[in-house]
Amino acid sequence: MSVTEQPRKYTVKDFGSDQDVRWCPGCGDYSILSAVKKVLAEEGVPPEQYAFVSGIGCSSRFPYYVNTYGMHSIHGRAMAVATGLKVARPDVHTFVITGDGDALSIGGNHTIHTLRRNVDITILLFNNQIYGLTKGQYSPTSPFGKKTKSTPMGSLDQPIAPMALALAAEATFMARTIDMHPKHLMATIKRAMEHKGTSFVEIYQNCNIFNDGALDYAQDRKVRAENVIELEHGKPLLFGKDLDKGIVFDGRQLTVAQVGENGVTKDDLLVHDEKDSESYHAMLTRMKYPELPEPIGVFRSVQRPTYEELVNGQISEVIARKGKGDLKKLIEGRSTWEVREEGA
Amino acid sequence: MSLEAHSQKQREIEELPQVTIRFAGDSGDGMQLTGTQFTNTSAIFGNDVSTMPDFPAEIRAPAGTVYGVSGFQLQFSSSDIYTPGDVVDCLVAMNPAALKVNLRDLKHGGVIILNEDGFTEQTLKLAGMEKNPLKDGSLGKYTVHTIPMTQSTVRACEEVGLTGKGAARCKNFFALGIVCWLYSRPLEPIIEFIDTKFKDKEQLREANTRVLKAGYFFGETAELFTRVFRVRKAHLPPGVYREVHGNEALAIGLITAGQLANKPIFYGSYPITPASDILHELARHKQFGVKTMQAEDEIAAICSALGASFGGALGVTASAGPGIALKMEALGLAVMVELPLVVINVQRGGPSTGLPTKVEQADLFQAIVGRNGECPLPVIAPQSPSDCFQTAIDAIRIATKFMTPVMVLSDGFIANSAEPWRFPDADSLEPIEVEHPEETNGEDGSFLPYMRDEWLSRPWALPGTPGLMHRIGGLEKEDVTGNVSYDPENHQRMVDLRQEKVDKVADFLPEQEVLNDPDGTAELLIIGWGSTYGAIRETTRRLMRKGTRVAHVQLRHLNPFPKNFGAILERYADRPILVPEMNKGQLALLIRGRYLIDAKPLTKVQGRPFTTTEIMESVEHLLAERGKVAK
Ligand code: SF4
Repeated sequence: MSVTEQPRKYTVKDFGSDQDVRWCPGCGDYSILSAVKKVLAEEGVPPEQYAFVSGIGCSSRFPYYVNTYGMHSIHGRAMAVATGLKVARPDVHTFVITGDGDALSIGGNHTIHTLRRNVDITILLFNNQIYGLTKGQYSPTSPFGKKTKSTPMGSLDQPIAPMALALAAEATFMARTIDMHPKHLMATIKRAMEHKGTSFVEIYQNCNIFNDGALDYAQDRKVRAENVIELEHGKPLLFGKDLDKGIVFDGRQLTVAQVGENGVTKDDLLVHDEKDSESYHAMLTRMKYPELPEPIGVFRSVQRPTYEELVNGQISEVIARKGKGDLKKLIEGRSTWEVREEGA
Repeated sequence: MSLEAHSQKQREIEELPQVTIRFAGDSGDGMQLTGTQFTNTSAIFGNDVSTMPDFPAEIRAPAGTVYGVSGFQLQFSSSDIYTPGDVVDCLVAMNPAALKVNLRDLKHGGVIILNEDGFTEQTLKLAGMEKNPLKDGSLGKYTVHTIPMTQSTVRACEEVGLTGKGAARCKNFFALGIVCWLYSRPLEPIIEFIDTKFKDKEQLREANTRVLKAGYFFGETAELFTRVFRVRKAHLPPGVYREVHGNEALAIGLITAGQLANKPIFYGSYPITPASDILHELARHKQFGVKTMQAEDEIAAICSALGASFGGALGVTASAGPGIALKMEALGLAVMVELPLVVINVQRGGPSTGLPTKVEQADLFQAIVGRNGECPLPVIAPQSPSDCFQTAIDAIRIATKFMTPVMVLSDGFIANSAEPWRFPDADSLEPIEVEHPEETNGEDGSFLPYMRDEWLSRPWALPGTPGLMHRIGGLEKEDVTGNVSYDPENHQRMVDLRQEKVDKVADFLPEQEVLNDPDGTAELLIIGWGSTYGAIRETTRRLMRKGTRVAHVQLRHLNPFPKNFGAILERYADRPILVPEMNKGQLALLIRGRYLIDAKPLTKVQGRPFTTTEIMESVEHLLAERGKVAK
């Protein structure tokens, strides 16, 4: 390649595959696909440098719809596949596309261990609080008491909080965003891609067939401002359509305060910090509607060496110390003996 | 004057063609080390050797109990041998439990060497022995030597200031010294080992050396033994040898294959007995670019290996039966996405957790048909510890040439046994050619990931290659394009194609050899696979000496079978065909189903390998029956 060659510009079309998209019309997955393609086009990196790995579920069909390298693997295992790929090929930007059932139920173990290893991959978890592909059973994020085909009298399981789980698994990057909030969605995906290490993004996604409206409080633009709080590094935790409410820490827990009432000023509000501290991030992960507004945006972004760097680093280190492996010596082992020709 | 020459003056020397010794004691007594060192010195002396460790499933069962007994058996011989021996000539037992568990394998009139200090009221009780066998005359039919090993060891250690428990712990070297004296073994290789092992621990180095020599001189001076034995050097093919265990040979073979293919090995694995040593060995050799990952579970182990293969590395995973069961869904995915992958099953006793430290071959069906759907893949089985080296290379060669997962069926016996290995020169090994396309292959300039070559293998296009972006996955693929397809005819075609591809592997394999029957006149054919090789080979030799010729086929390739296998079966169809297996007759059933041949299973599932006597009796029985019919 000559040095003068200009980097090519990419368009959304460059990242679209020739396959028909088969999600239900109106599904939140469409807006996520479109946001990802837009972000990739803006990045200016050629499509062959990306790999999308998925498991099983509606969201996991995603790789077929982007013209990059991809593997639609088996239920729950995308992160394990992606880990092997990334360790073998640190140069390939690897995404995992997964859902609440895929990542938090059948594949829960891999979620924990991928995060704790800090493999440099971008995980997009489409959380629609339901099993779509198997036609409407409750999922690990469905609320307690959820009536579905498999739970006609209501589910008996306490829902899992994906962000809290991620933090407990030593996540270095955690963010939440919403399918119907495209600007925020794109900005969050971009941030996740920039992060070196595992980035874990929970995306509230509407399944209009089996769980329509379950996430309206966060998705519906008319009420969203009252129910979610957009995190911004260095900015106070403000929300409400007039940005007149905020979050204060009373020494034990987070509560909502009306700015301008009871002597509360903006200076009394908590200021968001992506880097610090773990216990503050833990409190964010426990903020739940309707008791509190739910945070969206980047909860936490800290640096730690990535798994593939460490794996490959150990190899380089030992080669630097001892030189490359000598196959003859390896086969020979530590001690040998010779059997001579008869009579010799 | 060497130690050996010195001792030979004192006693009558009896020449023996071969000897089988078993060392037995508590898991904490160091019996594995003792056995390994005796093996080493015998191999270096020039004998052929074959070993069989026998571990308890518990790591440190209560001392003195029968379930805490750890054993190590080896045969050393003046001719080439294939098994660790049927019956034990000499049993070294450090306590009553070790004696109790192992006595049944000792031959009539065999030698027993006992640690007298290990026989206390308490240890007898722990072993559940009401009477002291040293006193009740129950060992009358054996030659028993009762030696206060612990006391003698402690005394020898005192001279270097090592006392108490630390001193007593050296007693295995005392036992080793005695046995080395009794069988005229050189001590030098063992002393060299002690020097290296305790390089930075002067006191232990000195103590163990002294204890070893003390044991040796004890034999010489104690007048207990009226004679010593000697097993002459074996006439092995000339060359340079080393000793190797099966798991070690698999690891070395994998690394070698990586070098031959000029590709890094990615090894994803979850710890499990008896496969973990492959991980340990590979993790030590990072200079070869080997990437090992201890995964969170068996599924992540195989999935990460498959992901690495997608990226262009050589993905490998290993486990034992229970772990392989967990990997099966991912193995189906590997068949569907047609990527190279090697899956090693170091078989152990099953079902479920079964007998984790014992040997069995009952996962053959699991390997061949144990997945959902029509899901064929090549299956190969090493026949001995050193053969694992070549098996690993063959597995990678097949996996990359045919773009397929390959299953390697080793077992717990092969994994932990050792034998001398006349290893190959690294330069003489044939490179493994691997190609990755850089150009599109479709007429319209598109890339067709499921376009096949003459071996029906698809292109291995790597992420990062411009223009070849493609998606693979577990949903049925459209022929040629690899797009998702639910078309009925296409599914039939793809199922057929995947089968045909695996069948084609047979064209790539060498023809099956028939051993021990150059002119085709043998009276019977034995078909074995995997670690039964040694026992069958030894059986055919023993039968030859008795004037019975028996042909032997040891199948290395279990799926597909070698191309000429059917013809071999036909040739012997008029004679009995015996299939000894450590399962309930799985290979025999495959042969019967595939070839309509009356293959007779000889089965054993006791967690121990076949003895030659067992196979011999079965052969003689079949031949006698046949004789009756003929008359
Ligand atoms: S079932 Fe729900 S999640 Fe699945 S494609 Fe349809 S709308 Fe989307």
